Amino acid sequence: MLIVMLIPVILMVMFGFAISTEVNNINIAVVAPERTGAVKDVVGRIAHNDYFTFYGYIDQDQIDKKLRSGKVSVVAVFASNFDRRMEQISAGLPSKPVIQFIVDASNVNTASASIAYLQSILPGTASQQAMFETRMLFNPQMKSAYNFVPGIMGLIFILVCAIMTSVSIVREKEVGTMEVLLVSPVRPVKIVFAKMIPYFVISCVILVMILLLAHYLLDVPMSGGVWGIFSLSLLYLFLSLSLGLLISTVTKTQVAALLISAMVMLVPVLLLSGIIFPIENFPKFFELLSNIIPARWYIAAIRKMMIQGAALAAVWKEGTVLLGMTAVFIGVSLKKFNDKLE
Amino acid sequence: MDVIEVSGLSKSFGKVKALDSVSFSVKRGELFGLIGPDGAGKTTLFRLLTTLLNPGTGTASIDGLDIIKDYLKIRSRVGYMPGRFSLYPDLTVEENLIFFASLFGVKVEDSYDLVAPIYKQIEPFRTRQAGKLSGGMKQKLALSCALIHHPSVLFLDEPTTGIDAVSRGELWDMLQKLKEKGITILVSTPYMDEASLCDRIALCNEGRILGIDSPQGIVEKFNLKLYAIRADNMFTLLEAARQVEGVAECYPFGQTHHLIADEKFDIHRFTEQLEALSNLTIKPTKPAIEDVFIKLMKQ
Repeated sequence: MLIVMLIPVILMVMFGFAISTEVNNINIAVVAPERTGAVKDVVGRIAHNDYFTFYGYIDQDQIDKKLRSGKVSVVAVFASNFDRRMEQISAGLPSKPVIQFIVDASNVNTASASIAYLQSILPGTASQQAMFETRMLFNPQMKSAYNFVPGIMGLIFILVCAIMTSVSIVREKEVGTMEVLLVSPVRPVKIVFAKMIPYFVISCVILVMILLLAHYLLDVPMSGGVWGIFSLSLLYLFLSLSLGLLISTVTKTQVAALLISAMVMLVPVLLLSGIIFPIENFPKFFELLSNIIPARWYIAAIRKMMIQGAALAAVWKEGTVLLGMTAVFIGVSLKKFNDKLE
Repeated sequence: MDVIEVSGLSKSFGKVKALDSVSFSVKRGELFGLIGPDGAGKTTLFRLLTTLLNPGTGTASIDGLDIIKDYLKIRSRVGYMPGRFSLYPDLTVEENLIFFASLFGVKVEDSYDLVAPIYKQIEPFRTRQAGKLSGGMKQKLALSCALIHHPSVLFLDEPTTGIDAVSRGELWDMLQKLKEKGITILVSTPYMDEASLCDRIALCNEGRILGIDSPQGIVEKFNLKLYAIRADNMFTLLEAARQVEGVAECYPFGQTHHLIADEKFDIHRFTEQLEALSNLTIKPTKPAIEDVFIKLMKQ
């Protein structure tokens, strides 16, 4: 129970900060023979930047050691006559490089990101800054958390509703309590729906939690309106619950229910719904296949509403598809549901 | 009309015939035993009668209600205790009882008179998780839960399997008391010695009923000469006795071997032939239900 509530928080924080593709907290050390005002000015710019953590001034002979031990990822080496050279540059005269960046390139991503950041911080090379501006239309700071939030939502609700519902219903079959429950005047359909209620409640709490986290911790704009996101998510919850019910009607053991959930839902949801790989890049076959995955439609719609600021009306297509899928799942599982043992 | 009426009931699972045209009936207030080894089809029969399974062929009715058509009505008036412990192990004793009461829409207090004699024995443990009870106590709790809604028919699938001798005795005492209250009880057991505690029994094996009668009636049908034999080395005795002419059957039976004799059997010749075995004794004995069962099974 606690774990179920914790998973979304952990995932949100993990994807939001730790596993982001943007690079944060790059440790940078500085070698500067003369700590003049101009040098301190440049160092101050770097130190005040969110992406960098200023490690401190070090000596020339420590560069290799610090980089090797991983204490710093970048070392900025200032030229000994930095002030004079800078003057030459501003005067338009040719000059040797004034700062040398020594970068730990064992992680290529971090390395190239650091260089890009540094170039944008430091004076000059304006063309690179322009490039950033044009590329990041909905995500000017390149915050990867934005992209992950809809994906996490699509994943979590499948996880909680479908997998846990199916496993908990199948558990009754496995333990044998279903046998006793069936030999009672209570209609089995009622029992099954009663079993869904806690998971529905948990999911609603998780939904609220994710929205709060997304808004206050990750600064996701949600300009499309929270109610639209909320109502579409409720629809997705029902869909996941009915999917769980469907799985529970066709399996007899918890292991089977888990396996089916994992194979039929988790893997496709992860790989084919656009959480990790953009659907546009899929080969034709997989692109078609992704159409039958509910999470794909949900994630697409949430993305539109959360990040692009679309209203609920703008995602009517996704909404209709989800509604149709829910109807089919409920219909099939009620038809397959058996109030006998076989 | 009898409370339980079964006629020509069959059920197959794939190629396995679990029940093969079984017919019998149980009168109101009767304690009826299904006696047979594992795989005799007892559990399948219970599941058919409690409407958990649909029969292949044949019909059956409980309280005049058909097990296929009126299965929902049957479910509210029978009590069922499956062979496997089927309560919630993570709920306490008390919670289980309350849960099953609410499942049937009754209050624990309303049925307390019926449940009390059994429930009193486990009441000291009412805050303990059901999964942590001993085998005997689990069965007592299961029986309490099965009785909570005043069922008119009680189905008990091997209630005494896997529990100690004292608890077994107690459980059978409870069944006698429930019978006195007018509840019809169908109980199955693999233990032959429990058969004599029933009003009537059906001996079953491999999906068929071999014979139905009162325990005494069943025994009286045994019309062969039966001897109990002993020797120091029981295994050699068994092997040797089977070779002797006139021995139709010889099988282990508790502390002794039972020997079924045919017309050619001569007790003197038997002792002469097995002289080599030390401390050989042979004496006529009365048949038990197990003897009848073995005889019927061979036929």
